[in-house]
Amino acid sequence: MTATGIREPSVGTAGRPHRPVRPARVVLHLFLGVVAVGWLFPILWAVLTSLRSYDYTARNGYVSLGGWTLDNYTTAWKTAEFGKHFLNSVYITVPAVLLTLFLASCVAFVIARFSWKLNIVLLGLFTAANLLPQQALLIPLFRLFTQVPLPEWMSDSELLYDSYWGLILVNVAFQCGFCVFVLSNYMKALPHELYEAAMVDGASVWRQYWQVTMPLCRPALAALATLEVTWIYNEFFWATVLMRTGDKFPVTSSLNNLRGEFFTDNNLVSAGSVLVAIPTLVIFFLLQKQFVRGLTLGASKG
Amino acid sequence: MSDLPLIQADRAVPPPAATTSTGGRGRRLRLLSRTDRVVITLMVLVPLLLVVGLVWLPAVATVLLSGTDWDGIGPVGEIDWVGLQNYDNVVNNYPPFGPAVQNNLLWLAALFVVATPFGMFLAVLLDKEIRGSRFYQTALYLPVVLSLALIGFVWQLIYSRDQGLLNAVLGTQTDWYGDSNVNIWAVLFAAGWRHVGYIMLLYLAGLKGVDPSLREAAAVDGSSETSTFFRVVFPVMRPINIIVLVVTVIESLRAFDLVWVINKGRNGLELLSALVTSNVVGEASRIGFGSALATIMLVVSLVFITLYLFTVMREDRR
Repeated sequence: MTATGIREPSVGTAGRPHRPVRPARVVLHLFLGVVAVGWLFPILWAVLTSLRSYDYTARNGYVSLGGWTLDNYTTAWKTAEFGKHFLNSVYITVPAVLLTLFLASCVAFVIARFSWKLNIVLLGLFTAANLLPQQALLIPLFRLFTQVPLPEWMSDSELLYDSYWGLILVNVAFQCGFCVFVLSNYMKALPHELYEAAMVDGASVWRQYWQVTMPLCRPALAALATLEVTWIYNEFFWATVLMRTGDKFPVTSSLNNLRGEFFTDNNLVSAGSVLVAIPTLVIFFLLQKQFVRGLTLGASKG
Repeated sequence: MSDLPLIQADRAVPPPAATTSTGGRGRRLRLLSRTDRVVITLMVLVPLLLVVGLVWLPAVATVLLSGTDWDGIGPVGEIDWVGLQNYDNVVNNYPPFGPAVQNNLLWLAALFVVATPFGMFLAVLLDKEIRGSRFYQTALYLPVVLSLALIGFVWQLIYSRDQGLLNAVLGTQTDWYGDSNVNIWAVLFAAGWRHVGYIMLLYLAGLKGVDPSLREAAAVDGSSETSTFFRVVFPVMRPINIIVLVVTVIESLRAFDLVWVINKGRNGLELLSALVTSNVVGEASRIGFGSALATIMLVVSLVFITLYLFTVMREDRR
């Protein structure tokens, strides 16, 4: 998170002309520093609050120091049953991300590899689907999900509604568009000669996809996987409306239930918030490059 | 084999539609084995069915249902067609509609006039090669990895009436989330906080792609940094400007999570998305009426999605 790796601009050999003089630089750094700290502040405040006891802050106010404790975390974990909800998030996020990447890469491969006239229509259908407001599709989807039966071993509601399957499908359908868009652009940039060589060797279309194209797309796939994990983990709306049983909510949507329980205790609210944020923060700090690359690869995503 | 027609030698001149066996296309298709053709079909068909079935058909169904008085009970065959009556009711007999439109527009204005330009401004500053740029960037887009629902919680610690930081510092007693006169502003501040980081990141990526020789040429001509940006860099970035515009519009139309975790979009926080949701999953299941609301959202967003698609596809062909 420091300046390491960033090119040190040496005065005189600057890459760009008209480098401002020193005082301007100082003002710039001051400004950016204040903004950056201001931006981090709400998150740091949540962490700070989560580490203090309710009694202490109730007595001395939140603008004080002291009362350090980790109890809020254990209490929040137990009351809100975070273990269970994290597991629900895993059940939904992992299959949804894998399925999204697989299906999207199939479509993207066909779009990039063959030039049918319908390609542009296909690309438009997928990309636009990702940008539609989800609430505008809620009514028919809600009805549909309550009508589609599932066997009991798949869903104890015996419906697509209130099942992990339903949420996985709806997340895949919505996220496919973004991945198709990014991957097809990426695949179009691969050299044609690869496929010529593959065809000379008699490789089938499937082999050209699976053994030639996919390995070359690893960087894009890694970037998209990182991004999709955070998006689907953060997904709130579909889980809220297409799930009924509180026990089956993924962690982001279970937040809504927690609110009532924690309402009077901000220290618990903050501990809960930090717990929910941890997986995305870990991913972000470990795979920051991938995350940013993913977002800017498409430079889209509404 | 270099002129093998299957390979995209020239994307600008796409071959005629598939399945016809006349002309060049037929020869090309015969190059593919039957298995290959089945594989290609499946590779497109399975994802397509999913997206059409779960996104596009529901979108069409929403528009159709908006012309009916269906209450969700009874067979589809008995649905009565009522024309534009639902729209009339939405606009004239539904008190939350006015505030919701107002709040959606306010949301758009706040992001468009304040958050988006600020994000762009920060991107321009960070585009200069400065020490610690990575730290500043990270701090700014950290909120982007948090869900909007979570952001509602994080900001509650600041906005809460009795335990919040803001009242403690200002010595006030305002219920920032609960008071219907101020809560939309409190929420907009939190939403803008996240939006700035997102726009900064998108715009920074765009700026990095601008040909440096353009700036050099402008500098040689004696143009100042500011006028270089507005006269040279900004116009060149037209595609990314449009993307940023569309992202801002769509985000303000899709806004939902934040108000839903606070009070389900009531008491000052009405939004179109929240109204649709409470008309369907709430106590009253008014399908036709809710669909009219949803159709309004759909139509507005499709205008901007089309603009977006034209922009990215044109870029794509270059």
